[in-house]
Amino acid sequence: MTEFPQNPSTVYYFGTCLSDMIYPEAGLAGIRLLQREGVDVIYPKGQSCCGQPAYNSGFPDEARAVALAQVKAFSGSNAPIVVPSGSCAGMMRIHYPLLFEHEPEYFKVKRFSERIFELTSFLRHSLNPTYTDKGPPITLTWHSSCHARREMGCTEDSKALLRQLSNVTLVELENEHECCGFGGTFSVKRPEISAAMVKDKVRDIQGTGASAYITGDCGCMMNISGHMESGKRPISGHHIAEFILERIHG
Amino acid sequence: MSKPSARTQIFSRLYKNAGAIAPYTPEAPAWTPPALTPAKRIARFVELMEAVRSEVYRVKGDAWVDALRKLMRTRELATLAYGKGTWCGDLLEKSWKEKPHPTDLIPWTQDVEEFRDELFGINAGITTTMGGIAEAAALILWPTPEEPRLLSLVPPVHIALVKAKEIVTSFPEAIKKLDWAKKAPTNSLLISGPSKTADIELILQFGVHGPTDLIVFVIE
Amino acid sequence: MDKPKTYNFAREAAKALADTQLRDNLRFATQSLRQKRLAVFDDPDETEALREIGSRIKARGLTHLPRLLEELEDRCWENGIVVHWAETTEEANRIVLSIMEAHGAKKAVKGKSMVSEEMHFNAFMEARGKQALETDLGEFIIQLNNEPPSHIIVPAIHKNRKQIGKIFADKIPDTTYTEDTDILLATARRILREHYRTADIGISGVNFAVAETGTLCLVENEGNGRMCTTVPPVHVALMGLEKVVAKLEDVPPLYRLLCGSATGQRITTYFNMIKGPRKKGEKDGPKEVHLVILDNGRSRMLADPQLRKVLRCIRCGTCLNHCPVYTRIGGHAYGSTYPGPIGEILMPQLDGLDTKGELASASSLCNACSEVCPVKIPIPELIRRMRNESYLKKGTGVIPGHGAKRNAVEWIVWKGWRYSQTVPALNWLMLKTLAITGRVLPRVGPLKAWTRVRTKPVFAKESLKQLTRQEGIRHE
Repeated sequence: MTEFPQNPSTVYYFGTCLSDMIYPEAGLAGIRLLQREGVDVIYPKGQSCCGQPAYNSGFPDEARAVALAQVKAFSGSNAPIVVPSGSCAGMMRIHYPLLFEHEPEYFKVKRFSERIFELTSFLRHSLNPTYTDKGPPITLTWHSSCHARREMGCTEDSKALLRQLSNVTLVELENEHECCGFGGTFSVKRPEISAAMVKDKVRDIQGTGASAYITGDCGCMMNISGHMESGKRPISGHHIAEFILERIHG
Repeated sequence: MSKPSARTQIFSRLYKNAGAIAPYTPEAPAWTPPALTPAKRIARFVELMEAVRSEVYRVKGDAWVDALRKLMRTRELATLAYGKGTWCGDLLEKSWKEKPHPTDLIPWTQDVEEFRDELFGINAGITTTMGGIAEAAALILWPTPEEPRLLSLVPPVHIALVKAKEIVTSFPEAIKKLDWAKKAPTNSLLISGPSKTADIELILQFGVHGPTDLIVFVIE
Repeated sequence: MDKPKTYNFAREAAKALADTQLRDNLRFATQSLRQKRLAVFDDPDETEALREIGSRIKARGLTHLPRLLEELEDRCWENGIVVHWAETTEEANRIVLSIMEAHGAKKAVKGKSMVSEEMHFNAFMEARGKQALETDLGEFIIQLNNEPPSHIIVPAIHKNRKQIGKIFADKIPDTTYTEDTDILLATARRILREHYRTADIGISGVNFAVAETGTLCLVENEGNGRMCTTVPPVHVALMGLEKVVAKLEDVPPLYRLLCGSATGQRITTYFNMIKGPRKKGEKDGPKEVHLVILDNGRSRMLADPQLRKVLRCIRCGTCLNHCPVYTRIGGHAYGSTYPGPIGEILMPQLDGLDTKGELASASSLCNACSEVCPVKIPIPELIRRMRNESYLKKGTGVIPGHGAKRNAVEWIVWKGWRYSQTVPALNWLMLKTLAITGRVLPRVGPLKAWTRVRTKPVFAKESLKQLTRQEGIRHE
């Protein structure tokens, strides 16, 4: 069981490279949600990518180089590091120790990994926020990324935060457990199989009757919305941080 | 110098590779499903056997013989093979002697080579058991020279006699209780129902190669 | 059935994806198997404890593998089982052939055995004028249709009853078309019972071989395994050398894991434990029992502590049932004996990364497989290893055929990526460039593949780094 720090005064924020390049508002929303609870947020400018693309593609040396750059960027103190993505959090918390298992930097990396927390889990267990819904009634569905679900176990935390919003009706996907087909380079290396998977995921989302889908991972969002928007009657997708921020500000 | 045998080559690689980089591999804890009381055991055994289409009858003492007689008559089973010299065989022979019955009792006395053609035409076979396992559920069969292996496999109906007090909770318990590792015969079996398959569209169908019907008498 | 180097996985996968009947059959069947599994493993804590036991038994068995195999061999000989060793599948086939020829045997009846598929046993025997008749109903169906199995447990999972009815009508003499599954079953039973009576030799696999007692354990529902191992005068059992377990008490937890994971049962109809040939005084059973132990690269896999984990596999097939890729393309698309997640990490090690390495790309690393693997094989970790070894310089890797994918383009791409993520100035340049040119990037290569079914990603005008600076968020 992960131990969450109680009422921290300062945290670091790892924005993720996808947020940096494509969804900066989602990254910023996460920072705002933390600041709202009275936490001082530091965003080290030396950060970049968690290294997962190279790690998954079979280039662990490159992944290690990039990983060490992140460890260095966050070495100013021992403050917790909050990540608005189950996938990137999983990479840094669970896979970094495996990547460095036989490397001299192992202990340094392990100490870094132990400071990593996914955003919604951290909010729920360390800060215990109260959200008042100022938005109109809406039906939503939740997409959990594979690594959020299976590595970080943050799906219930994310849903718990959404359930605090009183005008939100959460409808569950029929095949919530199934991968959306992103898998990073999988989506371009095995495009037909990835396409079949994202088509089924989109069909599943449309089948819930929801007017929007919420997720905690920008990679999945890029994949699902990418396909959604190439078809008719797309349902909009939002990162949970952006969505909550919008709802509590009305 | 002839080429070393496959066995030598394989073992030389195995010995080099297995221990050379041996990660720590702790012992596994024992697997012990929670024990059930005798009454619960019997109930669970019956419940689970029936769930896979075995017919289970709870009888007292030798009452199984009369129940069997009725059954054979109702289902018009013309022939019944059994093991000569077993307690089951003795009771059957006695009963049939005292009160003849349309079903022919066929003792299995020859080797299968001589008996095979007849065996493949027999309607039912009856065997004793070494007991049963409740939490799965299954019969424990240890075929013997008197009750050969095919007796419980070839005839389309298999009748099995289980003594209620010989039903244990779990497979690990049975292994301990029967000293299975040391005492098991050439062939030992767990049987949990009539033969079945789901190879066609995952539809459950019974009576593929083994018996179509499994009838179990739980003798209390 | 393993296809030659020219086998095109991408093409076969695309073909499978377009086959709506196949997709429907697979979706229905695999969903059903997943649900059944959950009905057996309904308590998450108990399931986790059982998986831990299973993984330790197998892992420990691998650490002591040579000693256990020696013990197994000794006990088997004492019990009257003749033990043979084969380094390659060719050798294994030849051993069985020589046993058959020693007995003038022409007809073999076979229980289901994945090792025999790995050996291409049927083709080998048929080419030499011997009959190798499948008796498992699923295998029987596909043998009629001259197809390989598409799943480890349910060989004809990709066929529905109409298709099976047509196969029976076309391939079995004097049979009319029917979709009635009872009639189909009765036909198969009738034909196969005749084969059991007249077969010279019975072939089976081995689910667990117990070193302590010299016992071969076979798991089945149909009764065909018992038939094949009891009726014919000679029984030949085929096993991969990783199937040995140390003690009899190791069997019950593994057996429960296998039944629950493979078919969603607490127990199969029959659990058959064979200790030897017919003893004096016994009236039935084979007069001779042979055990052929196959290596085919397994002893080599043992050398690497990460790669050896694939040898824990108990061939339950549940990883296939949970894989979003397998459940859409089926087993044939993989063109290999073992498909699905286990195939992706086993086939490259058996046949070489150069021929089978592309299978490792058929995964989004979603972890659905490792979540359910009864012996906790870290399949995604091993898939990454396969991918990594594909790019290593020849001679620096462990898996045969490594380095086949190594190329200048990808090498440059990943080096470029690395520097853009570690050198702040380059990172800034990359973000700036994407912000400006992102809109007009040409649809070639990966972007082409992406945009076939999706809109282009829209790169932000200002990166998160810039936004945080503007919003006055601390940088240290």
